[in-house]
Amino acid sequence: MSNKTYSIPIGPVHPSLKEPMTFHFEIYGERIEKVNLAPGDNHRGIEFMGRQRNPIQIIYLAERICGICSASHPFAFCQAVENAMGIEVPERAQYIRAIIAELERIHSHILWAGVAAHELGFDSVLFFSWRAREEVLDLLEYLTGNRINYGIFMIGGVRRDITAEQISRIRKTLDYYKNIYAKLEDIFLNDPTIALRTKKVGILSREDALQLCAVGPTVRASGVNKDIRQDQPYAAYADLEVKAITPDVFTGEVNGDVYDRIVVRLLEVVQSIEIIEQCLDNLPAGKIVAEEKLVKLLTQIKKAQGEGIGRHEAPRGEVIHYIKLNQSELPEVWKARAPTYNNLMSWLPMLIGQQIADIPIVLASIDPCIACMDRVTILDRDSGQESILTKEELHKISVQKTRRMAR
Amino acid sequence: MEYLKSEEIVELFREKIGEQALTDNRIETKSAGLKKGTYQVIWLRVKPQLFKEAVKTLMELHYPHFAIISGIDIDKEIELIYHFSIYYGERGKEISINLSTFLSKDNLKIPTITDLIPGAQTSEREIKEMFGVTIEGLPELPNLFLPYDFPSGVHPLRRDEKGVEVKVKEKDEVKKGE
Repeated sequence: MSNKTYSIPIGPVHPSLKEPMTFHFEIYGERIEKVNLAPGDNHRGIEFMGRQRNPIQIIYLAERICGICSASHPFAFCQAVENAMGIEVPERAQYIRAIIAELERIHSHILWAGVAAHELGFDSVLFFSWRAREEVLDLLEYLTGNRINYGIFMIGGVRRDITAEQISRIRKTLDYYKNIYAKLEDIFLNDPTIALRTKKVGILSREDALQLCAVGPTVRASGVNKDIRQDQPYAAYADLEVKAITPDVFTGEVNGDVYDRIVVRLLEVVQSIEIIEQCLDNLPAGKIVAEEKLVKLLTQIKKAQGEGIGRHEAPRGEVIHYIKLNQSELPEVWKARAPTYNNLMSWLPMLIGQQIADIPIVLASIDPCIACMDRVTILDRDSGQESILTKEELHKISVQKTRRMAR
Repeated sequence: MEYLKSEEIVELFREKIGEQALTDNRIETKSAGLKKGTYQVIWLRVKPQLFKEAVKTLMELHYPHFAIISGIDIDKEIELIYHFSIYYGERGKEISINLSTFLSKDNLKIPTITDLIPGAQTSEREIKEMFGVTIEGLPELPNLFLPYDFPSGVHPLRRDEKGVEVKVKEKDEVKKGE
């Protein structure tokens, strides 16, 4: 075998990629030697757009940063504005916020489980889990009017109440998830082929996770029990005993591999169900928003001066928003940070030493919604010859590896 | 593990970097839920010469979680706010620490913190591209957020002549036939 290394760029843009990005891989044989990340292909300048909008309008812009975290960004943004202005959010609104955020977590984690199964070549599991996800999307539509981009958050509270009639419907959906959870767990955690493809693959050590500032299930799977709902309880989480989930609760050990990330996400689905049930049991009565009249609220914003941060534990990890108000309708600055921003760098230690066929599942394991590799070029440095792998072919390699291992 | 109170943390910073360099400090207490559980947010403003020292002081307390750098263009200065948090891992113990510094536009330089916290690289590169702040000690790397062929010397989030032109016209400004 010669000592040739090959360079493979992957990316950058595909319509269904939330964060289009390019990867440059240096390959020796089948092994990845070096990875170079190049995001920013689709920088939308959302913070720049925020300069021409008032905070109430920004809520809807923040909601559209991400289709899946569409409760997380407005949650953090509203908290930032409330902290800057000193608005007290009514308790009932705090509980409704937590319920919506946890429903979002259920749908996001089950969506991810489907994507992971697809990357490994279990398309029947993809259809099974995405079918299961439909139930919570229907529930969110019933509660807020939309399947995604719920439009329920408002500075100082929420826009829609949850009625007694709706509570019984929520409980019904939670029962549905309790019933199918055993099956999901059996498929993902007990299947020998999935274990072969995911155990000891894409390892992120505890030290690397801390130093690279990873967040969410990615850092928890490496054994760091970091979860804002536990560490700095906000909204209704201050009343609930939320504990950060690390994989050792289930397996008894922490490896920081892809399998551990599956464990954390699946257990968090159960945790979310418990949180919602507790919220429903203790849902306080009262107002749902501090100031109902938007014109009045806007006048308050125009007079306000101050700065604030809002943090929320989104399905993928910490979302943080910073806002500075300076007695003007438009904020002086608005900064938003999504969890994948911090998790990007953790790909480097995960990918080095892996095989080409493991790229899809390792990339998917931090849940960046990079499910699509638009085109892959394999460049032979010596001869300058290029061969192009399409997304389908790369997917095929991954599926073939699963089939080989299953035999 | 030993946990310091917010007041003690501010006191420690005052000791380590000096009264002169710590230009402003503020502790906010926020409450949430029916039981009114509280958490605290600390805001510290330090002089740029002692900024690295302040980060090192933070490292002595606990390995901090670094979230992001916010940049604000204020007339002749650019304010950078580094959002950290420490004491994560135990219920209700986490304290957010926002460390900020003002850089004069004549001397837009700040030392890198990637030697202490490697995960800060993405954010430092963002500040470098969006505000034109020189990060001392950060290797020359290609643009991460802006396109490779983006004109040099233009920094989109600046509000002065180095920023970008807003080319979208207001509805009223658009005349017939335009």
